[in-house]
Amino acid sequence: MLELRSVNSYYGNIQALHDISLKVEEGEIITLIGANGAGKSTTLMSISGVIPPRSGEILFKGKPIHQMSPDKIVALGICQVPEGRHIFPVLTVAENLDMGAFLRRDNRQIKQDLEYIYTLFPLLANRRNQPGGNLSGGEQQMLAISRALMAKPQLLLLDEPSMGLAPLVTRQIFDIIKKINTEQNTTIFLVEQNANLALKTADRGYVLETGRITMHDKAENLLSNEDIQKAYLGI
Amino acid sequence: MEYFIELFFSGLTRGSIYALIALGYTMVYGIIGLINFAHGEIYMIGAFTSFIVATVLSILGFPLLAIFVIAALAAAVWSSAYGFTVEKLAYKPLRNAPRLSPLISAIGMSIFLQNYVLLAQTSDFMPFPQLIPEFGFMEPIAGIIGSSDLVILLTTAVVMVILTWLIKFTRIGKAMRATAQDRTMAMLVGINVNHVISVTFIIGSALAAIGGLLIASHVGQINFFIGFIAGIKAFTAAVLGGIGSIPGAVLGSFILGLTEAFATGYVSSDYEDVFAFSLLVLILIFRPSGLLGKATIEKV
Ligand SMILES: Nc1ncnc2c1ncn2[C@@H]1O[C@H](COP(=O)(O)OP(=O)(O)OP(=O)(O)O)[C@@H](O)[C@H]1O
Ligand SMILES: [Mg+2]
Repeated sequence: MLELRSVNSYYGNIQALHDISLKVEEGEIITLIGANGAGKSTTLMSISGVIPPRSGEILFKGKPIHQMSPDKIVALGICQVPEGRHIFPVLTVAENLDMGAFLRRDNRQIKQDLEYIYTLFPLLANRRNQPGGNLSGGEQQMLAISRALMAKPQLLLLDEPSMGLAPLVTRQIFDIIKKINTEQNTTIFLVEQNANLALKTADRGYVLETGRITMHDKAENLLSNEDIQKAYLGI
Repeated sequence: MEYFIELFFSGLTRGSIYALIALGYTMVYGIIGLINFAHGEIYMIGAFTSFIVATVLSILGFPLLAIFVIAALAAAVWSSAYGFTVEKLAYKPLRNAPRLSPLISAIGMSIFLQNYVLLAQTSDFMPFPQLIPEFGFMEPIAGIIGSSDLVILLTTAVVMVILTWLIKFTRIGKAMRATAQDRTMAMLVGINVNHVISVTFIIGSALAAIGGLLIASHVGQINFFIGFIAGIKAFTAAVLGGIGSIPGAVLGSFILGLTEAFATGYVSSDYEDVFAFSLLVLILIFRPSGLLGKATIEKV
């Protein structure tokens, strides 16, 4: 469904990604794990067109997208929940969700999807008229994921959804991620520092070290790999 | 008392003009964090465009109302074209450059446009045709508020209502609010941010152009330098209200206009600028983010 071929991305003159190649198949959950500053967020931003790669190719369903602007990429069905959630602080919960459906015109269907979101996250329904900035971290993460779902993505990019959350809340979020994958048949590209949880959730995993992919395998194999255990799982 | 009311209305008139210009500063700042120093020149170009159109149409014998409307539209369109082009040429290529670069580029654009109009139109003051007649029904209160003050106030009010509707209820308004709050996230929900920025420049320029037409027909003459003073005053008003805030720009403009009017009326017109800028300094000392501005660290 998505393929990166030798992608190189830069911030000014500093190269953040070196020859990144990876594949995401339709319907699966893949995870990209790596330490602070490895380039995980940059990878997602390159896919979304916010940090366009300087060389290499990104293909979505076989079509090149690496020269498209971010809005065109969203229109194709690739949505990102960025690191730090990026809730519009002044907009209410309902308006934030509505913003997620910015490119859609099917108003009636949007209403129905909104109701579905509110049944999935009753918490958000209760707070729909409050400014998004007032929510707790966990609630904001739920809102951020919901906002992305409002765009009806085929491929959902999630950047560290567990960041700053209590273990119990993280569990909830990951259950929901699985649910989205199975119930909505949404393909998921999950970036995480919490490698243990990510690998238990995902089908396959890639390991990123200082801008380079150093390993990729089935998630269960990575979980039992000694190097991975030492570097990322604290075993 | 009558004198007080007269000064009050004259302050509102000034405030209206400042508001029409200040909105452009504040909207652009809200969206891309840039102080568009060329904005005063866009206003000046609006005044010149309406001057040329109005002069031609009056020679052709058009009725006043038609001249007024056509000149306003022509000025809005032409200034918007300038605002749009200035952004594309001078700011867009520098969008990821250090913050000082687009600022310097803006100052360069301002100087360029001033000199360009100077060369095209000479430095003489041009007599601006009187587009607003003395209305008969205004005669009883003509000592307090003139016909052109009335037209300026009404036009500004209508423009404000349209702008509010645009920002609150339209799709582009929604995109503008999202972009102002979080540009990256706006991109990620599918908003074409380049488009939003262009539209912001177009709207801001059109408002300034209408301000240019109104003030030119009020004062009766223009030259290439009018954008400099008006621009600085409107910028002051925007900072006073809290740059980036739309209601702030309007509030700041009226406060500034009233302050100047009363200073001129009760002290001396020599002191109008002293009062205006003292007010600015005081606000910046006690409320650095302006009256309605967000209490964030200044970006520039
Ligand atoms: N805006 C930026 N300007 C310059 N360099 C940047 C910028 N953002 C990231 N970098 C650099 O690019 C590299 C990759 O950063 P990136 O944010 O992609 O890492 P990450 O894996 O997401 O890290 P984290 O786990 O902390 O989120 C880092 O060396 C970082 O310092
Ligand atoms: Mg990151």
